[in-house]
Amino acid sequence: MNVIVCVKQIPDPALPGELDPSTNTLKRDGKLILDESDSYGVEMALQLVTAAGGGEVSLVSMAPNDEVSGLRTALAMGAAKAVLVSDPSLAGADALTTAKVLAAATKRLGDVDLIIAGTESSDGYTGTVPEQLAEVLGLPSITFAKTVEIADGTLKVDRQTEAGYDEVTCPLPAVVSVTAGVVEPRYPSFKGIMAAKSKPVDTVTAADLGVESVSWAQQITSVEDAPAREAGEVIEDDGESFNKIVEFLDNLKVI
Amino acid sequence: MSWELSDDHEMLRATVRDFAAQEIAPHAAEWDRTCHFPTDVVRAMGELGLFGIVFPERWGGGGGDFASLCVAIEELGRVDQSMGITLSAGVGLGANPVFRFGDDDQRDQWLPELVAGSSLGAFGLTEPDGGSDAGATRTRAELVGDEWVINGSKAFITNCGTDITSIITVTARTADGISAFVVPAGTPGMVIEPAYDKLGWHASDTHGITFVDCRIPAENLLGQPGKGFRNFLSILDDGRIAISALALGSARACLELSLDYAQQRHAFGGPIGRFQGLSFQLSDLAVQVENAHNLTYKAAWLKDQGRPIGQAAAMAKLYSTEAAMDAARVATQVFGGMGFMEESPVARFYRDAKILEIGEGTSEIQRLVIARNLGLPVE
Repeated sequence: MNVIVCVKQIPDPALPGELDPSTNTLKRDGKLILDESDSYGVEMALQLVTAAGGGEVSLVSMAPNDEVSGLRTALAMGAAKAVLVSDPSLAGADALTTAKVLAAATKRLGDVDLIIAGTESSDGYTGTVPEQLAEVLGLPSITFAKTVEIADGTLKVDRQTEAGYDEVTCPLPAVVSVTAGVVEPRYPSFKGIMAAKSKPVDTVTAADLGVESVSWAQQITSVEDAPAREAGEVIEDDGESFNKIVEFLDNLKVI
Repeated sequence: MSWELSDDHEMLRATVRDFAAQEIAPHAAEWDRTCHFPTDVVRAMGELGLFGIVFPERWGGGGGDFASLCVAIEELGRVDQSMGITLSAGVGLGANPVFRFGDDDQRDQWLPELVAGSSLGAFGLTEPDGGSDAGATRTRAELVGDEWVINGSKAFITNCGTDITSIITVTARTADGISAFVVPAGTPGMVIEPAYDKLGWHASDTHGITFVDCRIPAENLLGQPGKGFRNFLSILDDGRIAISALALGSARACLELSLDYAQQRHAFGGPIGRFQGLSFQLSDLAVQVENAHNLTYKAAWLKDQGRPIGQAAAMAKLYSTEAAMDAARVATQVFGGMGFMEESPVARFYRDAKILEIGEGTSEIQRLVIARNLGLPVE
């Protein structure tokens, strides 16, 4: 069983981020790390391959400046190899372009049974790449998986919804997006870290993938600060204030 | 020339930092308060490969360098000194003597579990009547038939009484001088005394040991007879670099906690960090942390280069442990009354720091070693 995981390398969320004023996108020229929301997909993939009794986990990623730091973390966890698309012409690419590039990258890895992605990245948050990737590849797509199982060549997913979850099945190969918490990501072991540096990372450009004339329609036209939180309402207790609290909670539909 | 650790070191640091934040930090105060040795977490440290970092793959190790071990000890120590010393002692005093001085049979028998962190080894050198004066060992071992019979006592032995302790390496006087022996845990005649009531390192396992006609097979002699003392002096050199890394973790934690507090805590209309009386102390502390880092990793680098480390290890241990003590004193002062309360971690770091200046060679012994290396006719 061969699984590909789409992983994003992002600026460290613990450090202050900065926008590029010309494109309104996040500056990504420093060291990048593995998006934590993708560590769940990597762990899920490793568990599925182990359960299947064979196969391997491969990674695809798109990042500037041949950045591999985040990929190394996923390789240290146990992934076998990676394809990294690094191309200045892709700076600021929109979600659909990203999906097309990642789709082309997955094809470099040959036959695959399952492609896993996070539901959304922690820095861009479009939350649309996994479904677009499935469409580009012509594969079925299941989103918001909170559990993933494979039995008799069929993908069985509990799909998180607002009300609960749907039980969904679909044939393989397929694309599934997993929520944070689907599994508990392992810590890379010391041996994993030592082994990661000798695992192959195939670094390619858009042209190498046959992705021609890279351009996209989507642009971020402006970025505004979130409105400052308004001061709350202060209720002086006159002995009846609990009614106002109940009314407030009732308006929120939480009681 | 480079002053930077490698990408591998930094990935290990990030991993151990994450592990310590998730698995240790939330429990450290509780383990300290209840003197609880968290066996499960020590096993998890083993699964991360921390106990095997420096050992060859043949026995399940990671084949890594000593600087990597220092990174791991520093990061554990930054959150919980007890877990830092558990790793440092498990590697340096538990597994290392078997690896360095054992024959292949002994290595094959004991190392795989020690390297995996599924068992722990301890090192019995210090005696109630002889700490720094390790040459004055009074514990005796006598060859009777095909068995060694050990009598005597050992003091302050880390990791010797845990649920997963597998061996205790013991030095004892024999006909040829001082020799070393591997005593399996549970051997009749070896009595692990009740745990000490310590000032700090509460989650670390420490006991005295008494030997009363304790019999072990003749093949449990570790290394050559009469070479035990010399062998263990070289083990201590490695341990000094590891303790330096542990002290660095403590000093760094105290600096970071103080920096946070100095900006959050307001008095006289603003953060207390704007007062020179406080900010200059933290400036000096930052210099000490930088120095401790440089001395620790310089010594580790020398060891990884196969160069002599005696002087560098003594300097690193001396400086870093005294810096850790200074840092704990400054941090508790920055925290004021809160620094004296056990609900703030600096109180724990304060209690934990003192032993750093004592264990694995006191500051006085480090100064003696340094003076001798300077060519002075020190007694």
